[in-house]
Amino acid sequence: MSDLTLDIAHLLAGLLVLVSFLLLYQDRLYALLNVYALHALVLALSVAWQAYAQDAPQLYITAALALLFKAIVIPVALHRMIVKLGIQREIETVGGIGLTVLLGVGLVALAMVVTLRATAGADLLAREDLAFALAVVLLGLLMMVTRRNAVSQVVGFMSLENGLVLAATGAKGMPFVVEISVAFSILIAFIVIGIFLFRIRERFDTVDIAALDKYRGEHG
Amino acid sequence: MALILSLAVQAAQMVLVLALAPLLLGFVRKIKARLLSRQGPPLIQPYRDLIRLLRKEVVLANNASWLFRAAPYLIFAATWVAASLVPTFASGLIFSWSADLIAIVALLGTARFFLALAGLDIGTAFGGIGSSREVMIASLAEPAMLMIVFTLALVAGSTQLSTMAGYLASSEVGLRVSIGMALVALIIVAIAENARIPVDNPATHLELTMVHEAMVLEYSGRHLALIDLSSELKLLLYVSLIGCLFVPWGIAPPDAPPGALLIGIAAYVAKLVAGGFLLAVFETSIAKMRVFRVPDFLGIALMLGLLATLLMFVARSH
Repeated sequence: MSDLTLDIAHLLAGLLVLVSFLLLYQDRLYALLNVYALHALVLALSVAWQAYAQDAPQLYITAALALLFKAIVIPVALHRMIVKLGIQREIETVGGIGLTVLLGVGLVALAMVVTLRATAGADLLAREDLAFALAVVLLGLLMMVTRRNAVSQVVGFMSLENGLVLAATGAKGMPFVVEISVAFSILIAFIVIGIFLFRIRERFDTVDIAALDKYRGEHG
Repeated sequence: MALILSLAVQAAQMVLVLALAPLLLGFVRKIKARLLSRQGPPLIQPYRDLIRLLRKEVVLANNASWLFRAAPYLIFAATWVAASLVPTFASGLIFSWSADLIAIVALLGTARFFLALAGLDIGTAFGGIGSSREVMIASLAEPAMLMIVFTLALVAGSTQLSTMAGYLASSEVGLRVSIGMALVALIIVAIAENARIPVDNPATHLELTMVHEAMVLEYSGRHLALIDLSSELKLLLYVSLIGCLFVPWGIAPPDAPPGALLIGIAAYVAKLVAGGFLLAVFETSIAKMRVFRVPDFLGIALMLGLLATLLMFVARSH
């Protein structure tokens, strides 16, 4: 495999991590959705490049699915959902953006340390892919933890899933059936979450999940 | 012979940066004025300002200490030395053994330290506000700058500028996402350090928004001329640094024939024109941000620097 192939794979996966950080920076819902679409687009490019680099044509289908569903269908659906819910205002974040981003950098460092130790001796392409994928997954989790708005939590979940796809494409010989079923289970999860969002909204007049805390029954 | 040549190149560079610095500022101002459909002052206006200031008498406050009088010379000297260390048109400078990126950061830090002290020295409220804001900006810009230095040093295997420029100009570098991130981070740091628009407005007369201008409010005459000249030199330094690290083509290698030196000078002037033009376009298309949002803006530079360094560890190594 030539150096340039590796460099481009590194570039695209690195861009995916960078766009994950951009997601953390957004404090408006529409901007968040646009950056999420960009995230999916970079993922599709990265997967397509992996397909070329590994000479695995079934990965092109994965890339096309990512492009179609994640870069177009889901952002458009979320956009309409936001309009229907009437929540085009700012996102509240727990803690400042600066602190969140610093935490994110720490998580990326953690992902690098863990993966580089665990995969010593593996193929370089798979190794860097796994490191970046773990970073994207952790950043998606961080996004879900730090946001209180349910819609941005969904976006965090979807970006986490993008990290999983990146990891799956980096590992050689991942059965195609598994990938397809992961993709569709995510779609179904998205639909279920969408229904839940409207239910939460109907019941509590807000999608701020802090409103659910008083129904936990802990405080009597 | 080689020693004499590198001495001559170094001397030429020192004179060149000093001569070009006011012109670069005049060029940026001219382009900005043109973009706003104004005529704008002539290109040589900064030279005229400097000459005028040099002729004027110095007015000192009664409670100004020796530090206030010494600071302009210290700031100018540190900035000039830093600017003459960056390879502009040729990398065979006699000081290139000391032209370390960390040394340049330290020299600029020294200059800023004295400027902040001078702002506090008279004891006026504005000077204090200016100094405290400048130090706040610096406390975020300097770590970001050091992360950029680490990234580039990891790529090139050296912190020496001429080695770095030579390595980055070669085809061994390949395509690296870290270098792109370092470039964006360096541009953000350069904007903040030079008190350009989203962070500070160089042409402001509104005291509440001043950062750099507030610190030098008490200076007059030749002191002000020196401080203005140092900030012009600093702008030139950052444009040259970006040019030398990220657009390193056209820099004459050591022991180059005179023709290569001429090409180097032409390439350098072209880089300055491009840099000044892009700066002017960027400044006209963006609004100044509130002082309290500056940490977020510089935080992006810090984040990019950290990320660029981290990503280097999983990149293909040589």
